[in-house]
Amino acid sequence: MIDLDRLCRAEWGHLLSSLIRAFGDFDIAEEALQEAFSAAVVAWSPVPPNNPLAWLYGTARHRAIDRIRQRARSQTLLAELAPFDERHLQSTDGDDAVPDERLRLIFTCCHPALAEEARVALTLRTLGGLTTEEIAHAFLVPASTMAQRLVRAKSKIREAAIPYAIPEAADLPERVSAVMAVLYLIFNEGYAAAQGKELLRQALSSEAIELTRLLRALLYARLGSVPAEVDSLLALMLLHDARRAARVAPDGDLVLLEEQDRARWDRAEIQEGCTLLRAVLERARPGTYALEAAIAAVHAESPSAEATDWAEIAGLYARLLELHPSPVVALNRAVAVAMADGCDAGLALIDQLEPALHGYHLWHAARADLLRRLKRRSEAIISYQRARALAHNASELRFLARRLAELGAPVS
Amino acid sequence: MKYLLLIYDTEKRWEKGYEKLELAEYGAFGKEFATQILGGNALKPTSTATTVRVRDGKRITTDGPFAETKEQLGGYYLVEAADLDEALGIAAKIPGARYGSVEVRPLMIFA
Repeated sequence: MIDLDRLCRAEWGHLLSSLIRAFGDFDIAEEALQEAFSAAVVAWSPVPPNNPLAWLYGTARHRAIDRIRQRARSQTLLAELAPFDERHLQSTDGDDAVPDERLRLIFTCCHPALAEEARVALTLRTLGGLTTEEIAHAFLVPASTMAQRLVRAKSKIREAAIPYAIPEAADLPERVSAVMAVLYLIFNEGYAAAQGKELLRQALSSEAIELTRLLRALLYARLGSVPAEVDSLLALMLLHDARRAARVAPDGDLVLLEEQDRARWDRAEIQEGCTLLRAVLERARPGTYALEAAIAAVHAESPSAEATDWAEIAGLYARLLELHPSPVVALNRAVAVAMADGCDAGLALIDQLEPALHGYHLWHAARADLLRRLKRRSEAIISYQRARALAHNASELRFLARRLAELGAPVS
Repeated sequence: MKYLLLIYDTEKRWEKGYEKLELAEYGAFGKEFATQILGGNALKPTSTATTVRVRDGKRITTDGPFAETKEQLGGYYLVEAADLDEALGIAAKIPGARYGSVEVRPLMIFA
């Protein structure tokens, strides 16, 4: 017996990409594929076909053609359908019958002409095979809102003629970056502070990792090589994901890196991430993803929090800051400097960032932490209280309350 | 597909007339995409603009553009392109894109 749900999840993007290529229309392809999966529930019981993929593709293709015929203006529409590639309508057996057009699909879904949130939703729906409801749950919006978002995105693809194509060589670096940005956004949405929806969030991170692997494989098949930053992004995701089990306490609170049980880190992911990263560093100047992955790798390979090579991390943050000047990166560097060279040095750097970050709770929290270590208790309390006033996340609020209690400050 | 490329820019840059070098760039741009450009014009500044609205059958005429914005519509091209990527490629080559912005809009086709 074939697990249809699993098959749907695994092959949705592949089948859909090929149907869109054949019929030139996202909606027709999606509806036809959905119908094919519904039909399989009955048709495959008790004996599934020899080649389930080809069966699904063939069935969806026929449904799509039916759908086009049903439309009132079927004649004109059929003529308008472009690119209607006859090649796709002939052979029916073997896996070759279902051409893999997912690379086109990735570039269309992550096209910079679409709103960022639409890119994320469309990528998860069409390539990841997540349902609209699942995506809505993960992003904490009503299903109707997410459905609207997808409808609008598909409408823009159609109306503005966003191409279903692999960009030309000259545009490729920029467009691959745009794809990576979407994948990293999906990963971070899954990795960000967890509350309640942990399972769904974990699914997002895993999905982002799988999609990054897919992007790598497709680019390799097409270009014969993979841009170093794609490998770096995969390494970065793996090295962060490796800490997943250790970063949330049984009560749902976030566990700080230095307090995590390193035995619970996923060694296989760490090893894969580090191997990828080493290969990148041998062949290219590190970009932002590589530097972020390198920072994660220093943590991952350190046997204990105390043994962390903070000077190395501070140096990596300094290089990251050169490539990507941002006050938040500067804050991370300041914290690393504090660990490497002492709290006074770190505090001086943090104080320089006040104009840019005085409204950011983590700036106050980082400052509070250094004041606490320097035994400047009353100043630390004030900073923790400011951080608490600006923070929203329940887990972070509990953490700050705990710190205040430890300092003997009243916690209202 | 037909796209209208709307060029928005701070018109203060043009207060003292058009810069020769930039005009030459527009000339070169026109030559490069001669087969795809269906039309286009530069516009006189917004100080020459008049806005008309009709409400309850009554015509209301006011000075200037409808809303104050940082960048003003200063010109446009109508181009023929295979898809959005091609249109964006042409838009990016408009000299004004380096100073202001170019809005790329597909034309509505009524069947």
